Amino acid sequence: MIKLDAKIPEGPLAQKWSNYKANQKLVNPSNKRKLDVIIVGTGLAGASAASSLGEMGFNVKIFTIQDSPRRAHSIAAQGGINAAKNYPNDGDSIFRLFYDTVKGGDYRAREANVYRLAEVSNSIIDQCVAQGVPFAREYGGLLDNRSFGGAQVSRTFYAKGQTGQQLLLGAYQALMRQVNAGTVEMHTRTELVDIVIVDGKARGIITRDLVTGKLEKHFAHAVVLGTGGYGNAFFLSTNAMGSNGSAALKAYHKGAAFANPCFAQIHPTCIPVHGEFQSKLTLMSESLRNDGRIWVPKKKEDAEAIRAGKLKPTQIAEEDRDYYLERRYPAFGNLVPRDVASRAAKERCDAGFGVGTTGLAVYLDFKTSIERLGKEAIEDRYGNLFQMYEKIVDDNPYETPMMIYPAIHYTMGGIWVDYNLQTTVPGLFSIGEANFSDHGANRLGASALMQGLADGYFVLPYTIQNYLADDIATPRMTTDEKEFVEAEKAINDRITKLMKIKGKRSVDSIHKELGVVMWDFVGMARNKEGLQKALERIKEVKKEFWTNVRIPGSEEGMNVELEKANRLADFIEIGELMARDGLNREESCGGHFREEYQTPEGEALRQDDKFAYVSCWEYQGEDKAPVMHKEDLVFENVKLIQRNYK
Amino acid sequence: MVQQFKKKSNMENSINLTLKVWRQNGPKEKGRFETYQVSNISTDSSFLEMLDVLNEQLINEGKEPVAFDHDCREGICGMCSLYINGHPHGPDDRVTTCQLHMRNFNDGDTITIEPWRSAGFPVIKDLIVDRQAFDKIIAAGGYVSVNTGGVPDANAMPISKADADEAMDAASCIGCGACVAACKNGSAMLFVSAKVSQLALLPQGKVEAARRAKNMVSKMDELGFGNCTNTGACEVECPKGISLANIARLNREFIKAKAQD
Ligand SMILES: Cc1cc2nc3c(=O)[nH]c(=O)nc-3n(C[C@H](O)[C@H](O)[C@H](O)COP(=O)(O)OP(=O)(O)OC[C@H]3O[C@@H](n4cnc5c(N)ncnc54)[C@H](O)[C@@H]3O)c2cc1C
Ligand code: SF4
Ligand code: FES
Repeated sequence: MIKLDAKIPEGPLAQKWSNYKANQKLVNPSNKRKLDVIIVGTGLAGASAASSLGEMGFNVKIFTIQDSPRRAHSIAAQGGINAAKNYPNDGDSIFRLFYDTVKGGDYRAREANVYRLAEVSNSIIDQCVAQGVPFAREYGGLLDNRSFGGAQVSRTFYAKGQTGQQLLLGAYQALMRQVNAGTVEMHTRTELVDIVIVDGKARGIITRDLVTGKLEKHFAHAVVLGTGGYGNAFFLSTNAMGSNGSAALKAYHKGAAFANPCFAQIHPTCIPVHGEFQSKLTLMSESLRNDGRIWVPKKKEDAEAIRAGKLKPTQIAEEDRDYYLERRYPAFGNLVPRDVASRAAKERCDAGFGVGTTGLAVYLDFKTSIERLGKEAIEDRYGNLFQMYEKIVDDNPYETPMMIYPAIHYTMGGIWVDYNLQTTVPGLFSIGEANFSDHGANRLGASALMQGLADGYFVLPYTIQNYLADDIATPRMTTDEKEFVEAEKAINDRITKLMKIKGKRSVDSIHKELGVVMWDFVGMARNKEGLQKALERIKEVKKEFWTNVRIPGSEEGMNVELEKANRLADFIEIGELMARDGLNREESCGGHFREEYQTPEGEALRQDDKFAYVSCWEYQGEDKAPVMHKEDLVFENVKLIQRNYK
Repeated sequence: MVQQFKKKSNMENSINLTLKVWRQNGPKEKGRFETYQVSNISTDSSFLEMLDVLNEQLINEGKEPVAFDHDCREGICGMCSLYINGHPHGPDDRVTTCQLHMRNFNDGDTITIEPWRSAGFPVIKDLIVDRQAFDKIIAAGGYVSVNTGGVPDANAMPISKADADEAMDAASCIGCGACVAACKNGSAMLFVSAKVSQLALLPQGKVEAARRAKNMVSKMDELGFGNCTNTGACEVECPKGISLANIARLNREFIKAKAQD
């Protein structure tokens, strides 16, 4: 049975992390060389952790499914990264960033972790600048900031619309420097397919070489998962095509608790769905909400005429436009948090005011800003995003408003970790989006990059030593041990089973079916009946998959369909867990909106007396219902209020 | 409740195409072109979505789908490649294959699809090539040598907006390798120069600039990439508009390094 202990250090909030560092165990340099650490994932979290641990002298092995570590999904982040530098002198502070994050997450995150995140945020910016990350600057030569949803200060650092790319390249370059130095061993096009537990501790992983199809066994004293989020359970999302939840699910099968699986973020500003062959959804950065105003027609007949192609948005008079966010939330306006903006868009579209050919779109209009600041200023800020929009939609956003609609974007839920970022399995750690993280029920914009790099550069390198210091006497194990051999055999059996199905349907066609169930019943608005239906429907999808999927080719050599099938089998289980968790959580908070729990104005209604906890699911075996454990959240430094962005 | 997968609206156009696709089972196997027909391709879909349709069709016929690299499908990860009708990333300007849309093609067109062809990038399967050489070039010196922690405050060193912007332009290289595929010599100079330039333009990176240039260029030579003879084909095909001016800057750093030897 899992025992949850968050291991939050003693002392006042602001001193916890310093106290921790002052009292933790360290590994001396000659012992570091004897300790092996496996890091899975080369995104911001994995790359920053691997380079830091390599520099410190540990023996690191790192794995990625892409052909190069630089291609991890983090590369696609556009808008920016938060830090409490207070360079603009607008009243920001570590406490305020902490407070905004806890509030933005609708009070479902652990105070101590979030405070530490805010505390190390400033070091991240220093580190990245030292690496040569070309952040945007002002004419005076100092760093520029912009605002993001859910904050009233300007604390977001950015590199054009390519912040994730630049931060990842910085971390990637630091990582390649360590590869060159021989402290890190790189494994590309290699997928973790299982985690090996020996005597209750994580001692290695089984991987599949995606080029040869061969399984390999790797030992380590500790295993770190930085494998990203599981948003692709919905099939269509803003995540990269290869983003997957398999590593997290394997951890769950091996005894790690899975926390808050139902907390998924729907991003309000994505390019609307265009057709049935669509493979993914494209995000338009939230930073656009700084200068773009969101609206739909005030009159239903105008919306109908637009949908029929008889009227253009530019023909709608100012007084006939409903700037619904400015109307409903005058204090934050277009900069309300993501969950609030997404639901407001859905509400207007469901009420019949949506635009686009499908009626599932709203306008994001730059007219006012272009008039105020000039076209050049707007181009300077968002040029590449406008270009991207134009290439995809074939419309010029300088002249016609953009069309946007919410889409699945990020998963706040994930592997449960304590203050050390250690899972419930000793020696198994998780960082970045893969863990259940610091974002509670809703993540604020520009905070994922911050968390990934905080975990990798400034938290894990300390906390993992606390664990490894007790492991210096453990010699390297051979991978002929029975635990490794058994794990490898289990994977081999699974692959053989998959290949033998020889059914009639492609992996993607079944994945799309899962996606529709998820979006309809576990999406932006959920209710009891729908979630129950989802559980039934997912069971049917599972059966269809295991009896009717068709994987051409063989298990040897490169086989893309087999890779996808392996991941889909896991997404199906994750989808089920999400529905189950959503059903359990009888309240609305952040990205989790249960229609039964809302205020008369349609805002999310939390049930703090019953649900101020992290739901942590423990695996009980195939086709058995998992057991839920609670980590009660204690708030000593913030007062729980209803989030109010009016 | 919202239905996610709408039927195609009638405002879109759809086209029928003939595809000539390079198929190759493994690195050492002989490759060949196969011809396929695809129909009812929405002009609003992307090139890779068109290939998804082809693959769905092949799977339904019990055949092996075409293997191609891709991930972000947003033009930023640099994973997609493809030599389309003789152009890396196809006929449209300044876009990657994943951002290429089918409205650039006409009903009845024949499209030839090949992998990057270059000594530095061996074929792994079908349209997938091995680009690990790029990582090795970066490992040879494409960084600022700082460890985690112990660095100065981010605003301790002002950097002119002009330099920061120029560094950003060079830094937007996505490491796709189109420049190499476009070059008759198979040179990786545009890729190498983009990184050398970015870091040489910033005071943090200046210290090691000459050494970096030398190490990265010699690694490039060692890995079998050709020489740069300034044909400029790379700049034309680069999806991110990386400019030849970066090669000039690299050459200056390279000469400095030689002088220091
Ligand atoms: C379009 C978009 C824009 C965004 N913009 C912003 C923004 O502006 N600001 C912000 O703060 N956040 C943003 N985010 C969120 C943010 O980018 C991600 O949350 C973050 O980058 C995740 O980083 P990570 O290191 O945890 O994981 P990832 O970057 O997802 O990396 C996961 C790594 O794990 C590897 N991997 C996965 N499974 C396996 C396996 N089984 N075996 C081996 N390797 C595996 C992958 O190869 C990859 O290397 C955005 C997200 C999207 C989708
Ligand atoms: S220079 Fe251009 S073409 Fe070459 S790798 Fe970079 S982005 Fe691709
Ligand atoms: S798939 Fe990422 S750039 Fe094309």
